[in-house]
Amino acid sequence: MKAKRAAVPYGIWMVIFIIVPMLLVLYFAFTTQEGAFTLQNIATVGRYSNVFVRSIWLGAVATAVSLLIGYPVAYIIARTRACWQSVLILLVILPMWMNFLLRTYAWMTLLEDSGLINNLLEALGLGRVHMINTQGAVVVGMVYNYVPYMIFPLYSVLAKMDPSVIEAAQDLGASQARVFWRVVLPMSMPGVISGITMVFVPAVSTFIISKMLGGGANLMIGDLIDMQFLGSSYNPNLGSAISLVLMVLILICMGIMNQFDDGESKGGGIPL
Amino acid sequence: MKKRILGLLLAVLFLTPLAAPAVATQGGEDGGEAAPLTGVTINVYNWGEYISNGVDGSLDVNAEFTRRTGIEVNYTTFESNESMYSKLVSGGANYDIIIPSDYMVSRLIDEGMLEKLNFDNIPNFQYIDEAYRNPVYDPQNEYSVPYTWGVVGIFYNKNYVTEEVDSWEILWDEQYAGKILMFDNPRDTFGIAQKLLGFSFNSTEESEWQEAAMLLKQQKPLVQAYVMDQIFDKMASGEAWLGPYYAGDAAILVEENPNIGFAIPTEEGTNFFVDAICIPKGAQHKEEAEAYINFLCDPEIAAANVDYIGYSTPESAAKALLDEEVVNNPIYYPPQEVLENAEIFINLPEETSLLLDELWAEVKMGGPGETATLIAILALFLALYIAAVLYKRRKAKREAG
Amino acid sequence: MKILSKIYMGLVFLFLYAPILVLIVFSFNDTDTMSRSVWSGFSLRWYERLFQDRMILDALRNTLLIAVVSALLSTVLGTSAAIGINGMKRLPRRLMMNITNFPMVNPEIVTGVSMMLLFVFGARALGGLSLGMGSMILAHTTFCLPYVILSVLPKLRQMDGHLYEAAQDLGCPPVPSFFKVVLPEIMPGVVTGMIMAFTLSIDDFVISYFTSGTTQTLPIYIYSMTRKRVSPEINALSTLLFGAVLILLLVVNLRQARDKREQKARREEAAG
Repeated sequence: MKAKRAAVPYGIWMVIFIIVPMLLVLYFAFTTQEGAFTLQNIATVGRYSNVFVRSIWLGAVATAVSLLIGYPVAYIIARTRACWQSVLILLVILPMWMNFLLRTYAWMTLLEDSGLINNLLEALGLGRVHMINTQGAVVVGMVYNYVPYMIFPLYSVLAKMDPSVIEAAQDLGASQARVFWRVVLPMSMPGVISGITMVFVPAVSTFIISKMLGGGANLMIGDLIDMQFLGSSYNPNLGSAISLVLMVLILICMGIMNQFDDGESKGGGIPL
Repeated sequence: MKKRILGLLLAVLFLTPLAAPAVATQGGEDGGEAAPLTGVTINVYNWGEYISNGVDGSLDVNAEFTRRTGIEVNYTTFESNESMYSKLVSGGANYDIIIPSDYMVSRLIDEGMLEKLNFDNIPNFQYIDEAYRNPVYDPQNEYSVPYTWGVVGIFYNKNYVTEEVDSWEILWDEQYAGKILMFDNPRDTFGIAQKLLGFSFNSTEESEWQEAAMLLKQQKPLVQAYVMDQIFDKMASGEAWLGPYYAGDAAILVEENPNIGFAIPTEEGTNFFVDAICIPKGAQHKEEAEAYINFLCDPEIAAANVDYIGYSTPESAAKALLDEEVVNNPIYYPPQEVLENAEIFINLPEETSLLLDELWAEVKMGGPGETATLIAILALFLALYIAAVLYKRRKAKREAG
Repeated sequence: MKILSKIYMGLVFLFLYAPILVLIVFSFNDTDTMSRSVWSGFSLRWYERLFQDRMILDALRNTLLIAVVSALLSTVLGTSAAIGINGMKRLPRRLMMNITNFPMVNPEIVTGVSMMLLFVFGARALGGLSLGMGSMILAHTTFCLPYVILSVLPKLRQMDGHLYEAAQDLGCPPVPSFFKVVLPEIMPGVVTGMIMAFTLSIDDFVISYFTSGTTQTLPIYIYSMTRKRVSPEINALSTLLFGAVLILLLVVNLRQARDKREQKARREEAAG
């Protein structure tokens, strides 16, 4: 009985530092600078619908690419001999522990018109390609930063999968493709779902990657929020309203994803 | 060009007794006034790349200040007047020294966010030239001390831009699409469009601002990025070929890269700016901050400082210490006809200021978009959610049945 | 592994490591020009300059201080919270877990902005305090807490709940019996949680950016570096950070491997 009480300090902490701040966002979103109630801020968010469309689109593309790249990686690792698995997983994690600003900055040097990739292409006689300051560059940056979040949950689900199930399907005469589509993929669905959320949420709300790799035309919701709080047009009320809409959007996404998650295995987290 | 200054400084350094580095000395050689101030740290908030920092044998201004007075400096930088303003009014940080530009100084004065300076603590104010005292942005000269001044012009890469650069119009030239940089702050960016259209920077006509915004939106597809100090890197590496920026930065850009040129569109006019040192309201170390201002106004320090950062000094005494080459360089000390046709930013009335914020966000973010689109997105997500819930229920039922 | 999957993994690792390699290589570049992609000889001068840069060293000190304090704080709070949650009935437990999960799914930028509003509000109420070290420690502790809880909870579940009761039945008072019986059992989870909190805190940029006031941590300093004239100092810094993380990770993994071996040995002992 007494054990419960051990959670009290934590409960108080979370109320002060999570719930109260959220209420403050709510308050700011619905008030003017003088503190009077208004719906104007929320209405103004509509003017930036194109920013929302762009962010969701880029986030979705980055998530899809991460899934396409990450699934085979997770699958291959899960099928490797046990002693190699932890090494490979460690190799996937390692880049994540380099500061993410630096990682993104590194991509800037690679993708620039006079950057390394272009120098290499020219040396090979292939001619230069314009890459930086495009939506593609932003997607590359997102995939690079977030693909490990896709790989972990997929790996942890795939590694737990009983190989005898697959063998059974094969024994019953299913082709490899059929085994994958009918057995492996459905069974790894919890991993896919949690991977998608773990990539999509940070990708949609990033505010550095777009600035560094996207140039002037590809700013995202995060940049818009930053602009209202510490950037070039100070308006915390509008900033709170944008944050609120973003939060609602993300929570709905989580809701959708939760419906597909059977709730048994919370795939993953970040293994250290 | 840096040699003479350096020699001078070395002389000064050797004349003074060798002091222990960094850690609080007795405040030492410049009279006793510094002694009671030791052990304090002041928060200085300045533009990026805007102080001599000891690189390449230049004077490390902050370290020298600490050495002389024992006051430590916590030095942080901002990118634009507007972001400095955000940080200041958001209330999250207590600064002792800020260095905003003219129009921002008057905005802060109007909003009661600056402390009045005690000029008894700033005897070196005497060196500030008459022309820079009692400026429009601080008519009684109670709140600010000019730090540097300058004008805005266009940096261009001579390898790719071979025509003569004499108009802001070149920033709208499609043959340079994707190689053009613009300022990442509203006043400077709109200023260029305004001069191209022949308007005043300080217009209060909504239509004029709208027109300028239209022009900037037309330009946007050609713009590589809206940047501030990243211009150094992007111009030097050849990533960008054209970018408007402050004349003082030619000290680094033009001198280190022979293929970069600088031009001021004299006909259309440009922006003349003064950046001034102020103490924000509620500063916790006002006296120490005033000592810092006084230190920066010391002609020798001011000369070493502008010699490194390249901006123009408002002190004749400091200017006298600079190389002939610099003083006679029209980039740093432009001829009269440029200055005559240059306009200074004045703080905008609140209504115009709000309009500008809105237009600026529109230019940067694209738009304005339709509210309906956003509602549609939310509705779509909600519909997906409901569909998912229904799907799951049916599946559960089927499995149960 | 089949040859095809080997090639695939090779390509993925190239994608993951190429940018880091580029950063590291160019930290040794002897260049006077600002070009980031032309090699002109080996030099250690950027490292030299790095160690002369007082602001970087200050930032490093701040970063470590904040990371240590918030890791300790979140470990203590989080462990006790986990014990409390573990002793709860289904419904309150679900509520607590939802609160715990919230900061993990909420976009980082929204968390950062909301805490900034709270701290500014608090600083004003307390009479002109400035955000800085204190606010950052509070913020970091908050976003580290869920990770600690999630790594301690599974260990508590694995533990035989009767152990604690048995100790008390044998006359050991609650507090000593916690330290003597429960804590040793869940120690691996606690340590993992603490290390995770430490690394998360060191690496955090977004939340620090909004709650830092005048204090600079390494990520914030790196951010301001990327916004200025870029100097290869930044590459030198990233190389050192990467090296440090590499060592830390190696230590952690060796420790985990040892734990696993010990566990296995213990299980075998118990079985045999």
